[in-house]
Amino acid sequence: MVWALKLAALISVVTTISIVVILIRESIPFFREIPIWDFLTGTTWTPNFNPASFGVLPLIGGTLLVAVIAGVTAVVFGLASAIFLSEYAPDKLRRIIKPILEILAGIPTVVYGFFALTFLSPQLQKIFPEMIVFNALSAGLVMGLMIMPMISTLSEDAMLAVPRSLRDGAYALGATKFEVAMKVVVPAALGGIVASFILALSRAIGETMIVTLAAGASPNMTFNPLESIQAMTAYIVQTTLGEAAHGSIQFQTIFAVGMVLFVMTLAMNIVGRIVVARWSEKYE
Amino acid sequence: MSTVTDPIENSSDVRRSRNDRNMGFRRLRDAFFYLLFLSSILVGIGALIVLLTDVFISGFRFLDLDFLRNFPSRHADQSGIRAGLVGSLWVISMTAAFTIPIGVGAAIYLEEFASDNWFKRIIQLNIANLAGVPSIIYGLLGFAVFVTAFGLGRVVLAGALTLTLLVLPIVIIASQEAIKAVPDSFRAGGFALGATRWQVVKTIVLPQAIPGIMSGIILAMSRAIGESAPMIAISALVFLTFSPAGPFDRFTVMPIQIFNWAAEPDHDIRDVAAAGIIVLLVVLLTMNAGAIYIRNKFQKRRD
Repeated sequence: MVWALKLAALISVVTTISIVVILIRESIPFFREIPIWDFLTGTTWTPNFNPASFGVLPLIGGTLLVAVIAGVTAVVFGLASAIFLSEYAPDKLRRIIKPILEILAGIPTVVYGFFALTFLSPQLQKIFPEMIVFNALSAGLVMGLMIMPMISTLSEDAMLAVPRSLRDGAYALGATKFEVAMKVVVPAALGGIVASFILALSRAIGETMIVTLAAGASPNMTFNPLESIQAMTAYIVQTTLGEAAHGSIQFQTIFAVGMVLFVMTLAMNIVGRIVVARWSEKYE
Repeated sequence: MSTVTDPIENSSDVRRSRNDRNMGFRRLRDAFFYLLFLSSILVGIGALIVLLTDVFISGFRFLDLDFLRNFPSRHADQSGIRAGLVGSLWVISMTAAFTIPIGVGAAIYLEEFASDNWFKRIIQLNIANLAGVPSIIYGLLGFAVFVTAFGLGRVVLAGALTLTLLVLPIVIIASQEAIKAVPDSFRAGGFALGATRWQVVKTIVLPQAIPGIMSGIILAMSRAIGESAPMIAISALVFLTFSPAGPFDRFTVMPIQIFNWAAEPDHDIRDVAAAGIIVLLVVLLTMNAGAIYIRNKFQKRRD
């Protein structure tokens, strides 16, 4: 019977190998046509035009633009929430607020996409009249709302791990609560905080439905958040839904783009874990 | 003669505290940041309230029994979520049927049987990495393996197998935590009575770990039922006017239908999307309430 359990555990290894094999095997025909260097450094992405151009940078740029907006939003509010929960909130209040924040993490992403497109974009258009409906800004802000609980939970865990004696030492020297939080607790928990940020950013890069619904389908090289962009994940979904025939070069692109996405998120997750392991202080 | 400088006297913190004898300023700064941190949390909670209110107000007028009974239609007031609801229930029950034995089995192996060597470490590293892979990548995997290579086509079974791979890491990690939390003295007690490793796992460890395992499973299923991207890669169908009757039928799920409605420029159809979201959230809420109920029941018995 133990072999059956072992087999169950091995499925995870098989899954990883399959992902790598599939992404490589399905994108090989594409890279026979388009040299991998042109793919990675090209600045025009027009797979359906004639002649077609397959430079992936606009998709990467679009993904990063949204992810950076989301990351900044989430780190500001997430970190402040974490400091409040770990340093200020009485236990009773913590027990009410934490589950509410966790609801945010459990809402399906298509709901966030709907919210960004039908609520936030029209509101933002009142502030920026020149902004079009599909834009990087509202997608990024809503995505920030989605990943904020991740940053706040992981950072709070890191702060709670800072021993009481460090805080007491600072209080004994006459520090105020804010000074203890910013000069003692946050620096001591910095490893966990940085890791939470990297992991949340990786989550933002891989998120699909918000950018598909709200950020648009125009692969622009732009840093202007009011413009429409196309993220890597959105490109994959939009192509799956489109008319590209299975086996055509347009269809093969989704595996090549998927490979870029996989490598980026994997690298960030590994860095995040190394930061946790190396940088976090060990208190006895 | 060289002047001896006192390191403490000259350290910047001491100088600063000398300079700011003004305790009032520090108190004020404290109060200011207290309010700032508190309002950050309120922004998050406020956004949640705005989101739910917006969805409810938009979708409420389309929410009736016909909405659950009808298939999607070009006319907003005749449109319904039946195909997605039935499709989601099919996919989720099959996903649960695959995920529970595999996920719990893997966790039992890793915690109770595997020796702590390179093999276990590789599997553990793998599971941690898989948990961070974007869901659309699982969609590509499922499409290439289950739909194409296995020749299943775009059917319920292919969707369920894809979601199984997607949520397995969640179930395995949660089950491992639950099993780890069972104190070693319990196992030792079992062994002292002459029980085998299997008997200890079956009669002592698992019953203790079940509440934790259950919440992991429900969490994973909640994640699975809300997944859109991989399901679009598998099913692709966004406009389906029949519901699946078996594992080899074509299907759609609630999130795909919501996505499709939300992407329409027509405002009435977008409100239909909101009605769909309400149904999806009610299903999620029911599942989570069930999880809490089950956990309480099991925990009471244990006390």
